[in-house]
Amino acid sequence: MASQPLNTLGRIAWMMASIISLLVVWWGSALVVQSRYLPSPQEVFSVLAIELASGELLFHVAMTLMRVAASFTVAMVIGSAIGIAMGKQAWADRLFDGWLMFFLNLPALVTIVLCFIWFGLTEAATVLAVAINKIPNVAVTLREGTKALDPVYDQLAKAYRFSRWKTLRHVLLPQLAPYFAAAARSGLALVWKIVLVVELLGRSNGVGFQIHLYFQLFDVATILAYAISFIVVVQLIETFILQPWQQSVVRWRA
Amino acid sequence: MTALKIAIRHKPFARSDGELNAIENIEIEMAANEFVAVLGPSGCGKTTMLQIAAGLDDEYTGTVEYAAGLKDKMAYVFQSPTLLPWRTVRQNIELVFSDPQAHADTIASVLEAVGLAGSEDIYPLQLSMGMQRRASLARAFVLRPQLLLMDEPFVSLDETLAARLRNLLKTMLAGNPASVLFVTHDWREALSLADRLIFLSPGPARIVGEVAVSLNPQQRSNPVDLQSFRDAHAKFFQPDPA
Repeated sequence: MASQPLNTLGRIAWMMASIISLLVVWWGSALVVQSRYLPSPQEVFSVLAIELASGELLFHVAMTLMRVAASFTVAMVIGSAIGIAMGKQAWADRLFDGWLMFFLNLPALVTIVLCFIWFGLTEAATVLAVAINKIPNVAVTLREGTKALDPVYDQLAKAYRFSRWKTLRHVLLPQLAPYFAAAARSGLALVWKIVLVVELLGRSNGVGFQIHLYFQLFDVATILAYAISFIVVVQLIETFILQPWQQSVVRWRA
Repeated sequence: MTALKIAIRHKPFARSDGELNAIENIEIEMAANEFVAVLGPSGCGKTTMLQIAAGLDDEYTGTVEYAAGLKDKMAYVFQSPTLLPWRTVRQNIELVFSDPQAHADTIASVLEAVGLAGSEDIYPLQLSMGMQRRASLARAFVLRPQLLLMDEPFVSLDETLAARLRNLLKTMLAGNPASVLFVTHDWREALSLADRLIFLSPGPARIVGEVAVSLNPQQRSNPVDLQSFRDAHAKFFQPDPA
């Protein structure tokens, strides 16, 4: 049976039901196991409230978000430039194809460790390590977008004597926008997870650092409190910034 | 006075099985405000010729000469409406100006003339094909063109709609006279619009016949020189074996 599309209210209701069922399973498991290594949702949320009140949580989340924003921006700018160049120039595509294959398969951990060895335990090395992990994905997406550009619109721009700026703004970027949006959404999901690993390995603040700290104390409740709060933050960015943007760039489709 | 002079000696066309010659020795000289229809079978190189005339394709040997200042008063109507789907009808039309505000009146009156008043803020893909073609005509006419290059602008429309759009074109031209180079494979369409017909052979495109319908735009409805039309038409369908 094909499923019916839902209205907004229906979707929210199902999302709530989904989250509540997850909480129920968690709570039930905690009740059965009765161990401090699997705290109940209540315990985790009370830790969350304490960390929030002390300002600790906000500070570390903000530090992590700053690193996410910086590496995301660097990765989007450099990755797009490389992807567009590869889509436009056959020689660039052939030359850098092997590079892409190499960097796409390079484990994030290796990039992080090497960046710290080569550039020291600095903020710049952090941003660089995360960006290097994301750049190949952005490049692949934008290369695909550039190859899909319709040449008839170039002819239109030429026939009606559009300026370079007008061509860029009204002809090229709108065609690439869906690809930027796709790269941004998958980028955010990847970048914040890598930032946490980088913080665990070489920073002295941020959500990743806190998780490392409480891992050494085997304090599962606090680990989960940080994890959940960051999931919420990322989901808010996704729901209120990235998804509406992605929808707005394709709203002209009939 | 000559408005446009096209002399294409040779136009190479790369194909997987080697390079072929798409156009061979085409010479067309158009007078100011003359309507020339170029007829030829599908794939004979008509569009290529028009793109060369518009300066969209410069990989050919030959010359294209415009009367002074004419190139800046040129508009091109593509075979498909070629509206930017991510811009509304109004935005698509405004884009041809660097200062659309200064031309607001022209834009409004042309939209009114093509029957798109009220549909300005709609995205092209939400319009019917006929309306998209009107928008494409409007985009050309807001420029008040003195040279209009048209690539089968009414192809694949039902005959009623095509006839309506042809009449619209005539009305627009009556208000804004222009030299028109009109490519089509439909000789009835060509006869109903043009002062002069030029027949092209199947690729490589060569001129195989020419018929003057009437060089006086006021007499466009006058009867055609039937004998010369028949001659050219016969040649067109049985091209010279040489």
